[in-house]
Formats: sequence, structure tokens, C-alpha cells
Amino acid sequence: MEKKRFAIRLRYQLVFLALLALVALGIVLNVNTGSVNIPVVKIFKIIFLRIEEGSVDSKIIWSIRLPRLLTAAVLGGALAVSGFLLQTFFRNPIAGPFVLGISSGAKMCVGFVIIFIIGSYGNIPPYLLVLAAFVGSLIIMGFVLLFSQRAKNMSMLLVIGIMIGYICSAITDFCIAFAKDSDIAHLTSWSMGSFSGAAWDTLGIICAIVGSALVLSMLISKPMDAYQLGEGYAKSMGINIRLFRVVLIALSSILSACVTAFAGPISFVGIAVPQIAKFLMKTAKPIVIIPTSFLCGAVFCMFCDLIARTAFAPTELAIGTVTAFFGAPVVISLMIQRRSRQQ
Amino acid sequence: MYFETHELSVGYAGRPLIEGINLSVEKGSILTLIGPNGSGKSTILKTITKHLEKVAGVVEIENSNIFKWSNRELAKRLSVMLTERIDPELMTCEQVVAMGRYPYTNHFGALTPQDRAVVKESLCLVRAEELAERPFTDISDGQRQRIMLARAICQQPEIIVLDEPTSYLDIRHKIELLDILRKMAAEKNVAVVMSLHEIDLAAKVSDQIICVKGDRIRLFGPPETVFTDEKIKALYELESGSFNTLFGSVELMAPQGQPEAFVLAGGGKGIPVYRLLQKHKRAFSTGILFENDVDYAVATALAAHVVTAPAFSALCDAQIAEAKRQIDRVPCIIDAGTPVGVQNQRSQELLNYAKAQGKRVLTGTEAAEQMA
Repeated sequence: MEKKRFAIRLRYQLVFLALLALVALGIVLNVNTGSVNIPVVKIFKIIFLRIEEGSVDSKIIWSIRLPRLLTAAVLGGALAVSGFLLQTFFRNPIAGPFVLGISSGAKMCVGFVIIFIIGSYGNIPPYLLVLAAFVGSLIIMGFVLLFSQRAKNMSMLLVIGIMIGYICSAITDFCIAFAKDSDIAHLTSWSMGSFSGAAWDTLGIICAIVGSALVLSMLISKPMDAYQLGEGYAKSMGINIRLFRVVLIALSSILSACVTAFAGPISFVGIAVPQIAKFLMKTAKPIVIIPTSFLCGAVFCMFCDLIARTAFAPTELAIGTVTAFFGAPVVISLMIQRRSRQQ
Repeated sequence: MYFETHELSVGYAGRPLIEGINLSVEKGSILTLIGPNGSGKSTILKTITKHLEKVAGVVEIENSNIFKWSNRELAKRLSVMLTERIDPELMTCEQVVAMGRYPYTNHFGALTPQDRAVVKESLCLVRAEELAERPFTDISDGQRQRIMLARAICQQPEIIVLDEPTSYLDIRHKIELLDILRKMAAEKNVAVVMSLHEIDLAAKVSDQIICVKGDRIRLFGPPETVFTDEKIKALYELESGSFNTLFGSVELMAPQGQPEAFVLAGGGKGIPVYRLLQKHKRAFSTGILFENDVDYAVATALAAHVVTAPAFSALCDAQIAEAKRQIDRVPCIIDAGTPVGVQNQRSQELLNYAKAQGKRVLTGTEAAEQMA
């Protein structure tokens, strides 16, 4: 028994260390590669010793690459945690952060802004799009929360989420019918997601939102664990199910709303990464998987962004393209492996 | 009483299904709900565990209304075993059981050495120590039920509520589970409230029985008073078959029509022949059975006519005459192979009478071959 527990703890520690090492590697690679190659030693000098301030290399690193890679890391982690929260809640491995219609809501609002406001007033400040996406996500979240009070079971809630998503898409499509081609192109490129808008001030906001949501998720890890046994048992152990539902949906929605607002809807990270985290840790305990998912998501998104930036440089791929390309096979292989192990 | 309900009404969406439920159970004893499918056993159980809103009335633990308690307070007193199947991801049986410590652990659910000791003890009590490290999704239904019971025990409740704990289980596992429940009730001084489908087992394991049917509780009392053939027949509306409370056995519908054979039975030899005839829908009469004969219980359920004799007395002329009348009406007589002793010496007379009358005389095995 003691030995077993020691082995489990050792596994947790090793995986965490490995993930931290990967994060470090991701940072170095991301800073190092791009249209301008900067040697690693110089990077260290620029970042830690702050030498060559004002030089081109320093500018590239400080104002372009560092905020971008940190944004990718934090948002990637946020997506993974958001996905994990919903998967635990729905007890369904394909529940992702966008299954409750959040990305559709964001797209609808962004579509409004692009088509009607930019159309009429010309250029607008970029934060308006961020705001639109955030507001759109939160409106949908509000609806889902409203229904979650009355929904008898979770599959009903899932259906409601998907239906709300359809309604939003329909409204978006309706607006597109009246849009100019350039607006449609703008909306499409937004909806494929990108970390290219990253900057230090937005990173600060992102960190504040994601950080607080992450801490709160860790605080509800105990009821989440009990929730694995189903709602009936969870209730019998003393959990206030209604409150728990609201908190869980709200946390997950805020995380994915934050990602959608700052980088557009990024698919597959939310579905694939929690699976990888569970596979690595061989457990589904939320208190372990939430931080693991966050680190895995960060690593995953940093490398995906690296590929998006460099694979076909100077053309930059949409981040959604890369995450789906690498995320989908991971999901398939993990699912198949798990099924075969169960039989 | 430790646990009581007063004029409790249960149902869905404020509409009462069963009203005026007054039941009570003492620590260390077992209360079982029986009744047909859809009668509302689960509804009652879900209401007293607060999984369903009550419609009216109160449920009290030690004279305090549990509807005013928080879920967490209730969880320290009452634990459940539900019918819903769970599918926890990557959890070992031990972890599932340890989940029962939920109301006691700190904010992050860390287990103390005491908690681990309780988990181990619970696994021991259900005899599932060897399952501890196995993934919960890998084990059989019988093992799952035991683990879920261990989880409920691990919550260290004063009352456990179980909804059909024996469904999905084969007879051996049913007996094992009920045995564990009995033992746990006695050793841990825990009150048990459960629903069962197996009325024969319910009579054997329970201290109190409640019959649930219709909009009221029909019967509530110890099994000796609740379990009579008539009451069970009425409870389950057994129109075609019958239930023998003494044996806890079920007989199917008696064959209809004119008797086609007379079965010379007694001492348990008749039962297989009766059941064979029932299966082939051949009506029959039988005799001469003493009222304390095992064949008697099944014969009264299946035969068109039974010639009986009082227990512990020798056969008299009137019974022989009645049996002969029955033999006159059928073309064939089946000798089940009952040994002849002092009390039933004269049954030999009947066999000779049948032969003299030119009736076909078959043995039990011959009869079986005939029908096949």
C-alpha cells in the first residue's frame, strides 16, 4: 500500500518535471525561431540581462515573440482546463469547451461588430472585437446557466448547449447574407484563431482572468472528484448539486470565453489535452489533472503556434488548423487504446 | 425509534403518488420495501434520501426533521446505494470506496490515516480486499455491488438506504450481499432500509416489511404477519400463478380443463410430476396427500382436485372412496413412486383398483417420456 502510494507520487512528480522542461524548451524554441533567427545565448542575454535594449533583436523578442508565446501558453492551458471541467461535468470525453455554444455566441457578436459596425464606421479599435467575443460568450453562458437550473439531467443540458449554438450560427449566417466579401473574409480568419494579436497589456488581463479561474477550479476539485460517481451519489455525499453545476459551467465558460476573445475559437485543445493529461498521470483526479492539463495545454499550444508560424513561413497558418491536425489523431488513438484496455 | 416518517407523501412535481406513509426503523434492524414494479418503492427511498422533493410530511432522524438539514449533515448520518450504474474514469475500487469519506475529509479531500483505516475495514466487511487495486470498470456486477456497499459503509452512516441492491446479481451473490447487510446491521448497529424484488429473501433477511402498492401503504409489520400466501397474491396481483410463502417458491398457472390423469403422490415425489404436467398444460387430480406433505403445497397450487387426509393419521375409507371417484374420471394414473409406510399403506389399494378398472398405469419417468 505504502509502496504503491509512493510510486504514484513519484509518477506525478516526474510528469510535472517533464512538462516544466517541455515548457522551457517551448519558450526557447519559440523565441529562437521565426523570420529572424536569434542564437540561444543571445536570447538569454536579452531576456535575463536586459542587454542590447533598443536593438532590433531585443524588440523582436520583447514586444513580439515573448508576449505571443506566453499568451499561447496561458490560453492553451486555459482551454485544456476548460475542457477538463466540462468533460468531468458531462462525463463524456468529447465534451469540449465549445460544446455549450460559447464559440458560436462569440462568433455571432464578432460577426455583428465586423459586419455592421466596421461596415458603417470604418476602422475600429481592435479591443472592440475582443470585447464583442467576450460579451457574446458570456451571453451564451448566461443562457446555459439559466437552463442548467431547470435541466433534469446533463444530456439535456448538452442538447440545449448545442441547440443554442445552432441558433447563434443561424443568426451569424443571416448577418453574413448582408455582408461584404472583405468582412466575410475577416470573420472567417477570426474564427480560425490566431495568437498574433498578443501584447503585454492583453497578456496581463488574460493572466488575471485565467489565474483566478484556475485557482477556483482547484478549490472545487473535491466535489468534482465525487461527481465521477454520478449526480445521485454526489448528492448523497453532501454536495449541493445546483450550486456546483453553476460554478463549474461558469468557470469553464469564463476560461473558454477568455480564449475566444483573445485568440478566437481554437478547436481540439480542450478535447485532446485533458485526455493526454489523464493518460500521463493514469488518474482522473481533478486535483492532479487540472494543473497537468494546464501545463500540457500550454506546451501543446506553444508548439502548435510554433508550427503555425514557421511551417510555411512567411505564410502563417491559423492556429486552429494546426491544433486540429495534431489534436484529432491524439484523441482517436487514446480512445482506441483505452477501449482495448477495458476489454 | 431512530428513523421515522410521519404522514409522508411522495411523488413527482408536487403530485402525490403515495400518501400517508408512516414507517419507522430502529438502529440495527432491517426494513424492507416490497411491491410490484412501478409501485413507488424507489420514489419512497429517493424521498427519504432527499434525492426527490417530498410532497408533504416529515422524515425524522432522532426526532429532527431531515428536510431542514444540509446535505453534508445528512451525509454523515445516512448513506445510499442507488440503482444507477456508475462509470468512474480511471478509478480503482479502493478509490471508489474512499469516496465515502467525502463528508469527513478536508477541503481538498486528502485522506488521513484514520480515513484509510476505515476504507480498509469497509473493504474487509464486504470481503473485497483483493479488489482494492482493480479498476472499478473491470470488475463484475456482483463485485461492483459489494464495492458500492463498501462505499456506503465507509461513509460511517447510522442508516443505509439501498435501492434494489440485489438486482443484476446471481443467487449466490444475492445471498452473500444480504448476509453482509445482516452482519453489518448487527455489528455496526446501523439501520437498513431497502427495496427488494425477491420476496422470499425479503422474508428471511428483514425485521420489518412494508408492502407498497396503490396510493397508501397497505401493510407494515414483521415478515411473519405480512407474508401469507393471500396477502402476497393480492400485493402482486398474482392471478395466473401463485406464491408459497412457507417455501418462498413460485408456481405458474394451474393447467385448465378436465383432469387427464390422477397422480398417486406424497413425500415430495409428486412435485416434479406436477410441474411436468403443468408445463405440458395437462390438468390432473392428485392424492392422497397428508396436509403436512411437501407435495400438498404444490398440489393445491397446480392440481384440479386434491384428495387430502389430516396430518399424522392413517388413511380412512372416506378418503379412499373419494380417490376412487377421481380415478374413475380419468383414463390414466401416474404412480409418482411414493414409498409406502404405515400411514399410507392403503394407497396400494388405489393402484390395484386402477389396474382392475383397466386404467393405464404409468410411473413418473414413463409419464415424462410419454409427454416428450
